[in-house]
Amino acid sequence: MYRILKKERLSAEVFRYTLYAPLIAKRRKAGQFVVVQQGGDYSERIPLTIADADEKEGNIKIVFQTVGEGTHMLARLEEGDVIENVLGPLGKPTHIEKVGKVICVGGGVGVAPLYPIAKAFKEAGNEVRIIIGARNKDLILEEEEMKALDPELIVTTDDGSAGRKALVTEPLEELLKEKADLVVAIGPAVMMKFCTKVSEKYGTKVLVSLNTIMIDGTGMCGGCRVSIGGETKFVCVDGPEFDGSLVDWDNMMKRARTFSDYEKEKHHKCHIDMQIEEGLA
Amino acid sequence: MRDEERARLVVSSAAEGALSVKDRMAIEPFDMPSQEPDERIKNMDEVALGYTEIIARAEAERCLNCKNKPCIQGCPVKIDIPLFIEKIREKDYQGSLRVINRDSLLPSICGRVCPQENQCQKYCTLGKALKSVDKAVQIGRLERFVADINSSNMILPEIKEPSGKKVAIVGSGPAAISCAADLRKEGHEVVIFEALHKTGGVLSYGIPEFRLPKRLVDREFEKLDMMGVKIEKNVLVGRTISIKQLMEDEHFDAVFVASGAGLPRFMGIKGENSVGVFSANEYLTRSNLMKAYDKEKSHTPIFIAHRVAVLGGGNVAMDAARTALRLGAETVDIVYRRTRSEMPARKEEVSHAVEEGCNILELSQPVEIKSDESGKVSSLVIRKCRLGEVDQSGRRSPVEIEGSDYERSYDAVIVAIGNASNPLIKMTTDEIEVNRKGNFIVNEETNETSMRNVYAGGDIVLGAATVILAMGQGRKAASAINKRLCSEG
Repeated sequence: MYRILKKERLSAEVFRYTLYAPLIAKRRKAGQFVVVQQGGDYSERIPLTIADADEKEGNIKIVFQTVGEGTHMLARLEEGDVIENVLGPLGKPTHIEKVGKVICVGGGVGVAPLYPIAKAFKEAGNEVRIIIGARNKDLILEEEEMKALDPELIVTTDDGSAGRKALVTEPLEELLKEKADLVVAIGPAVMMKFCTKVSEKYGTKVLVSLNTIMIDGTGMCGGCRVSIGGETKFVCVDGPEFDGSLVDWDNMMKRARTFSDYEKEKHHKCHIDMQIEEGLA
Repeated sequence: MRDEERARLVVSSAAEGALSVKDRMAIEPFDMPSQEPDERIKNMDEVALGYTEIIARAEAERCLNCKNKPCIQGCPVKIDIPLFIEKIREKDYQGSLRVINRDSLLPSICGRVCPQENQCQKYCTLGKALKSVDKAVQIGRLERFVADINSSNMILPEIKEPSGKKVAIVGSGPAAISCAADLRKEGHEVVIFEALHKTGGVLSYGIPEFRLPKRLVDREFEKLDMMGVKIEKNVLVGRTISIKQLMEDEHFDAVFVASGAGLPRFMGIKGENSVGVFSANEYLTRSNLMKAYDKEKSHTPIFIAHRVAVLGGGNVAMDAARTALRLGAETVDIVYRRTRSEMPARKEEVSHAVEEGCNILELSQPVEIKSDESGKVSSLVIRKCRLGEVDQSGRRSPVEIEGSDYERSYDAVIVAIGNASNPLIKMTTDEIEVNRKGNFIVNEETNETSMRNVYAGGDIVLGAATVILAMGQGRKAASAINKRLCSEG
């Protein structure tokens, strides 16, 4: 049983929970994730990145966006409620070392998993530059936390309601021109794909964190498999981080839509059954 | 009801003491009552309904109680089969269960899922005399009957005084269950660490409800709980905590690794990552563990397919094919590179699948999966084979026929060509030696690995094997661990 110590609403559809999970807090490293199952026989297993952890207090932070039935149900929990099952830490930790200058790019809810990685690179003595982007002003996450790591933080929005009206690839290219040693990109697949393209153009290595369909998260089903440099890998045990230039993005994006009809229907049903206004959790 | 009448006759003549060996040999084996095929494919309920009391007693009369008892040698845990059958004849069902429990803790499960035709029943004198393994005494069905008729009273073993020793068990499948129970009986503190949110391993996520009702698995864990075995779920050993940390930081005196063979193998053919291609593990986990078959209640989706191809010929392939039918597929083809008679699946499961409407495409080797522009599976390219020489497995090997490729259209492909051992523990524990296949190398007498006080058993050692073999390994390791812990004082 994992108690929700704190519930914060970061935007209309994004929540941050602080969970009491001492064992995970103690072991987790940047880049790792958990699988959450709310409880009972019927609730689904949802992979979520560990956005931060406090070993002393024994807690971890998870950030999620309400996209389907499972995340909507999760969003209805309150402080003091419990989640029955939280498995983790899962996945390989990010390989953190001093490389020089690291550009961290986060898109949408991908900013949450980016935070612990950016922090770890900074703590390892790297110069860290951060770009975060979202559709609009309301969907910008963790601006303050990121600013603490990079006072020159660059914010972009698709509609210009905050920061620059641009895609994240635009400032990324500018920073790459000044030379960088590593790019870390986390966000929607299409954003990571284009960050990879831009980085390749400048010959800079790019790390991406893949967010595929997952069930167990322990390597026993292959639901999360992706093609990396022509080889099939399981994101849950071999990843979630890979060299962006080796990822078969088109196949990955197609596979991500495997259950899209089901999800669309369920999402709609969630809003009706839970009497949630469209666009709001 | 014909079987019931026949059974009554057998039982009453036996009561009169009128059955000679010849009479017993003349009794035809009793079939297992089961749901009709067209009815059962509409539900997830158990297909085989089990013997009634009278039928079980009549089947028990078929046992010749022969002197050399070869059936016992065929049982991996050496249950005293003639004795438990004799107790059925005497209507002492509790006594019968006690006989089984001396060697096996899971008769309700093994009676259902063991491949008896390759184990106990293969050696049955009656079957040999009648020249057909199908005519052997139906030991599995009788074992199941004994377990089921006693299901309302839980018999717990005696637990010795606390020994002061702690043993960690990694995984909660059959090997873990038997090892945990045996160690707990000796008074050790036993903690099971399970990664998933549900215990039981393959019994929970792999074998479908229609073959093994999950209430039977839950019951075994109630029993372990009442015996004082602790269960920690959501712990993935290798990530949440390492084997070394268990011993050094958590002070376990010994560890038994029973993490199974859960890594799905893929064919490595073109198009295998198309949308609609699943490992059988994924398909079955969604259906069984996540209850996706219960579309109203479950929040986990399962792929809706009309034409399904299942690649492989083992029990897992049969389970996946029969699950797909129950989830509404119109056609299910089992694509297998040898012929039906070489299939490693239990005969009974193959015939159940066929009765339910699955087609078997024999001598068929999948060579490519084709997909449409959205990436969804559209067809499978199949190459015909013929049978060649006998290979290492003792079966005739399939030889591909060049130029025989043809295409069949499908919207889902389920890959069920086997599992390998999960590499996670090996990846995070250098001290443990593994073989080329990634299976743990253990001392055959004790099941100890190359790391002192770390034991292993079940599929992580054997590769994908059977429930009863895993149980046998769990017991062997428990006895070796117990010996070590006692000698250490």
